[in-house]
Amino acid sequence: MDAPGPGFEFEQPIYDLHCRLRELDEQSEKTTEVEDEVRGLRREIADLTKQVYSDLSPWQTVQVARHKSRPHTVDYLSLAFDEFVELHGDKHFGDDQAIRTGFAKLDQFKVMIVGHEKGRTYKEKSACYFGCSHPEGYRKAMGKMRMAAKYGLPIICLIDTPGAYPGIGAEERGQAQVIAENMYAMSRLKTLIICVVIGEGGSGGALGIGVGDRVAVLQHAYYSVISPEGCAGIIWKSHEYASKAAEALRFTSDHLKKLGVVDDIIAEPLGGAHRDHHQMASRVKMYLIKTLNELSTIPVDDLLQQRYDKFRRMGVFLESGESAAEATV
Amino acid sequence: MSQAAAKRQKRGVPEGLWQKCPGCQETIYSKTAEERLNVCPLCDHHFYVSARERIVQVLDVGTFEEWDADLKPADPLEFSDKRPYVEKLKSEQKRTGLNDAALTGTGMIRARRVALGVTDSAFFMGSMGSVVGERLTRLVERATEQDLPLIIVSGSGGGARMHEGILSLMQMAKVSAALARYGEAGGLFVSVLTNPTMGGVAASFASLGDVVFAEPRALIGFAGPRTIKATIKIELPKGFQTSEFLLEHGYIDRIVSRDKLKSEIARTIDYCGK
Repeated sequence: MDAPGPGFEFEQPIYDLHCRLRELDEQSEKTTEVEDEVRGLRREIADLTKQVYSDLSPWQTVQVARHKSRPHTVDYLSLAFDEFVELHGDKHFGDDQAIRTGFAKLDQFKVMIVGHEKGRTYKEKSACYFGCSHPEGYRKAMGKMRMAAKYGLPIICLIDTPGAYPGIGAEERGQAQVIAENMYAMSRLKTLIICVVIGEGGSGGALGIGVGDRVAVLQHAYYSVISPEGCAGIIWKSHEYASKAAEALRFTSDHLKKLGVVDDIIAEPLGGAHRDHHQMASRVKMYLIKTLNELSTIPVDDLLQQRYDKFRRMGVFLESGESAAEATV
Repeated sequence: MSQAAAKRQKRGVPEGLWQKCPGCQETIYSKTAEERLNVCPLCDHHFYVSARERIVQVLDVGTFEEWDADLKPADPLEFSDKRPYVEKLKSEQKRTGLNDAALTGTGMIRARRVALGVTDSAFFMGSMGSVVGERLTRLVERATEQDLPLIIVSGSGGGARMHEGILSLMQMAKVSAALARYGEAGGLFVSVLTNPTMGGVAASFASLGDVVFAEPRALIGFAGPRTIKATIKIELPKGFQTSEFLLEHGYIDRIVSRDKLKSEIARTIDYCGK
């Protein structure tokens, strides 16, 4: 397991133990006592990590989902897929770096990948606006997905965005329009679609590539109608209440499953996906292969009907005389 | 339009003999504005109209039959900030006389039967939660079954309703999927955008019309102007995110003033042979 970097307050005790462990490891002469302490420390680190990560608050979950070392689409492409042939551009305006698209191989399956990319270095991050797509990104995604449907390739969408980009150009080029059109078209695409929220599921920006036959979420990812900061800004007029907003919005994986918004939760390695990219990628890979096998036996008309029914069921309301208690999930 | 003007408008036309127009700041005789369907006689500024009023303006007299009126909002997240969501719902219901932000049903437009949905920007800013999503989806499904032209008049400053969390977001997909089936079945959807149409409402059904109309000078867009300003830290151009801005950039078919709306819808239905 990789050592965590300094950063999160809630990871500080784990980090301190790691620092102590490193000190001991660097000692040239290792007495029996030192070796005993090292063993003890390792056990303590594992226990503490387990303890901290089994009980993350919603706000801590958001921090994990945004962790700078969290695996991104490009990491899954290199670790879970056998090949990635990038296809660029929306044939209309540009080649948005915030959504990457292309052919990929996964086990015996040839698939189309559509994934948000947040970038790792500063240069990458600014090139893709920290994973916030412009309309050309959604148009590019839709173009490639249409092609996938034409040639019978399954589509895999990896969702990881703070939200669609809020800017002048984005509005001028129809941000609202493209997100609407993508949902409209994805609901009828004649090929199977699997969506996985790998980090941040930021509102319409996520849903713009989020209509599929299966929607899964990683254990510490989140999927929300609004960012906790945005929600806090509206209600409490200050971003400082983000943790309270995170609590209220019920957007962690367990809630999403309970509300019927996601079908599956993919467990993360101990201490979060950022601790072990390989293990996380292999779990995602296993999930995708299993789901591809399952869905590829379903005739396409049935698939479309099931996709429709799945989203059709979402929502909680009262109907003629029902009491509030009956409607709660 | 300034934020203050938008705010004032949400509360509706102030009662009383005289009122100040948020567009030209002139004092106008309320009755004259009412006669002109809540449009300023001096500057043509389109005031807020409630969903019920809109139905009266658009449909032939006495033809409206409401659908799914028995649906009521629930509180699946047990959402509470300063005040619990259920309490806020109660006060919004009391204030507006609506039980949620959309009314749906059927009626006639110049003797043509249509399926009509209207969102009311006074109820939780016209935001879409489960009830709005469900009502509109059922509306679209019935329009598909009965082969009716579909008209949705949108007014929403709120987009997807925060208080119902992720379920509100999913209503965007739900309604859009129903519209996709309606479209495949050959249905005609006329989407009418009014002030304001933002966020998740703009980014779903409101943008999916075969024909998209907008009232003059409505605020229409994906991200709120304040969010954009905070992100890019420059002043927004004049007229940004207005109906005219959208027309110029190719996202709406026609700007239609309120007094022409009914006849424009009827004409579109005729052209499309529905």
